Amino acid sequence: MEAARPAVHYLNADYGVRSWLFTRDHKRIGLLYLASITAMFALGGMAALLVRLDLLTPAGDLVSDDTYNKLFTMHGIIMVFFFLVPSIPAVLGNFLVPLMIGARDLAFPTLNLLSWYIFNLGALVTLWAVLTGGVDTGWTFYVPFSTAASNTNVVAAALGIFISGFSSILTGLNFIVTIHRMRAPGMSWLKMPLFIWSIYATSFIFILGTPVIAITLALVGIERLFHIGIFDPALGGDPILFQHLFWFYSHPAVYIMILPSMGVVSEIIPCFSRNRIFGYSFIAVSSLAIAMLGFLVWGHHMFVSGQSVNAGLIFSFLSFAVAIPSAIKVFNWTATLYRGSIWLQAPMLYALGFIGLFTIGGLTGLFLASIGIDVHVTDTYFVVAHFHYIMVGGAVMGYLGGIHYWWPKISGKTYPEGWAKIAALIVFIGFNLTFFPQFVLGYLGMPRRYHVYPPEFQVLNVMSTAGASILGIGYLLPILYLVWSMRYGQAASENPWHATGLEWQTPSPPPTENFSETPIVVDGPYMYRELDAEEVKRVA
Amino acid sequence: MPETSTTAGAGTVARPGSPGARAHAVAHQFEDAEQQYEAANLGMWVFLVTEVLFFGGMFTVYVVYRSMFPAAFAAGSHELDFVLGTVNTAVLITSSLTMALAVHAARAGGRGAQVAWLAATMALGAVFLGIKLTEYAHKFAEHLVPGPSFRFAGPDAPQAELFFSLYFVLTGFHAVHMVIGLGLLGVLTTLAWRGRFGPSYFTPVEVSGLYWHFVDLIWIFLYPLLYLIDRHH
Repeated sequence: MEAARPAVHYLNADYGVRSWLFTRDHKRIGLLYLASITAMFALGGMAALLVRLDLLTPAGDLVSDDTYNKLFTMHGIIMVFFFLVPSIPAVLGNFLVPLMIGARDLAFPTLNLLSWYIFNLGALVTLWAVLTGGVDTGWTFYVPFSTAASNTNVVAAALGIFISGFSSILTGLNFIVTIHRMRAPGMSWLKMPLFIWSIYATSFIFILGTPVIAITLALVGIERLFHIGIFDPALGGDPILFQHLFWFYSHPAVYIMILPSMGVVSEIIPCFSRNRIFGYSFIAVSSLAIAMLGFLVWGHHMFVSGQSVNAGLIFSFLSFAVAIPSAIKVFNWTATLYRGSIWLQAPMLYALGFIGLFTIGGLTGLFLASIGIDVHVTDTYFVVAHFHYIMVGGAVMGYLGGIHYWWPKISGKTYPEGWAKIAALIVFIGFNLTFFPQFVLGYLGMPRRYHVYPPEFQVLNVMSTAGASILGIGYLLPILYLVWSMRYGQAASENPWHATGLEWQTPSPPPTENFSETPIVVDGPYMYRELDAEEVKRVA
Repeated sequence: MPETSTTAGAGTVARPGSPGARAHAVAHQFEDAEQQYEAANLGMWVFLVTEVLFFGGMFTVYVVYRSMFPAAFAAGSHELDFVLGTVNTAVLITSSLTMALAVHAARAGGRGAQVAWLAATMALGAVFLGIKLTEYAHKFAEHLVPGPSFRFAGPDAPQAELFFSLYFVLTGFHAVHMVIGLGLLGVLTTLAWRGRFGPSYFTPVEVSGLYWHFVDLIWIFLYPLLYLIDRHH
């Protein structure tokens, strides 16, 4: 069964720039997205590093007030809309969805390629806005500041996000149709890998939420361009309505970012504990529950906006309710580890890191869902720390874990395991050093988005900046050694992790058509005990 | 390397295709024409769900402001051209009929009928946009376009401006969808002229028909919401 590296596979089936720019192969499109979002991640990361450097001193000596506003806005817009939202779905999802369900490609390959071009167009328009003057509204574009007061490039930035929204919609549409219509014979809904379930739930948020942010930002742009009052109170509009519409997308967008990571963790945990996943159907259904409940909690971003007390109570209650499906996942992963044979390879380090950091992020989310505490910590670093625990400690850890786990399949090469473990450790340490002090800062009352602060906060800010530098190294390392491994890495076998799942039954890298014959699925996706028993028998 | 329990093998399993649905080339990622047809249909339905939410955002804004300023919205609504709006509604509903007949003709296979019904749909769509443009021109002349030159008599002027902002945004986005629809129909008409559609392959006509009906349906909501506020008085 140890298949040699195949002579012809998707990477060398065709050569030249044109063969990449006009490819319809979902695997190549996944790599195109990988290149795009890695570039965006680097830009967003540099903005974050400058923000952190500026915060080294209480007086904010590095950049001017205006520049500081533009830097954190740039960081937020790029990281949310151009890295986190597309990260796992557009890279790993594109690469893996057809492979995991035994299909030859997504249902609409041309739309898939189109989505990449739309994404890049949106990214370029936004970058243009950032480079020709910048935007200072924060990634949230709150009115009336964004429509009446700010004299920066709000319209261009909003247009870029509007455009890139269509790539999200096309990606989500493609996944939903593919998962519904193109599963291999025998792959019933409850035999689908949990990664597919989470991508399926995410796709629903893509198609239901994205159009609302699109129309909201379009209205902001129209209001600015034509000086008509839709949200501006001076012209008869209601700024709170903007917040409702904005968070109707932007809260579910948090689940766009975290659900796919949960899917990745659900693949890694059983493989590296050689155990069947505990509570398969609970994890699957909880993805859908999170997607659904996620649409009903947007008001917890608006506890201090003056919304009615009753609305606040209901949103608070529903926000607590979202914790239930999230906790179900964490308990089930933990139960999967129990009595497993834990194998601490780099993907597993990321997955374990995800569980711990996501739990901290989730529990502090409950603090924020409690109205009394929220009033105290609104717009402080406590909120910043909370969502970075979810977005960076959760989503990015899952993304990196997934990239490492499937790298042998994607590139056909193994990455250097020692370096990868060191990088995972550096990321974990750097992350906690960056963001844990921010919980304390926020609780003590340091507001977010200010670059001048009282001197007594300096020690914690220096810790945070030091952590950010370590984190930066932790992110740089994988970029270096993964690129290195593409040329110098050892050839990977078909199934280096001895994992279950259809994607491991085709050569690494896979042929353009994915499978020489359409696979037929008989068993569920995580039969690790049986697999290892067979292995033992075979060796004996 | 152990053989995993989800075994690959035994070859492609043929699925039952709809009779005669194999004449058109099936794209490589699909097993057969039926799967391709179902995927295209589901894809368009999913896209229409997205569209519902896109217009839903605007309808939400409309509902909020109308409930806040009912008098201003009624006053603004009375400034719209009831006759042209009603004629346009009739035009658009008729175009949905011709679209449905075009899909029927594509299934039946008659080339002349396909081209005729598609062209009729395009003509009606163009009439709709022409009437819409006339209305816009009137509003412009009457200083009812929101912005610095907006003039409205009465106490509710700022809120009436809000109504007209929504009027232009809603009908404007609807018109954009009509223009896209006309583009789709143009391509379909060319393909129908070349005899591409028949009983074995009519997916593009059917899927574009779904889109056209959806855009029609949006108007069915816009018409009463914008033109018919308090008309019974």
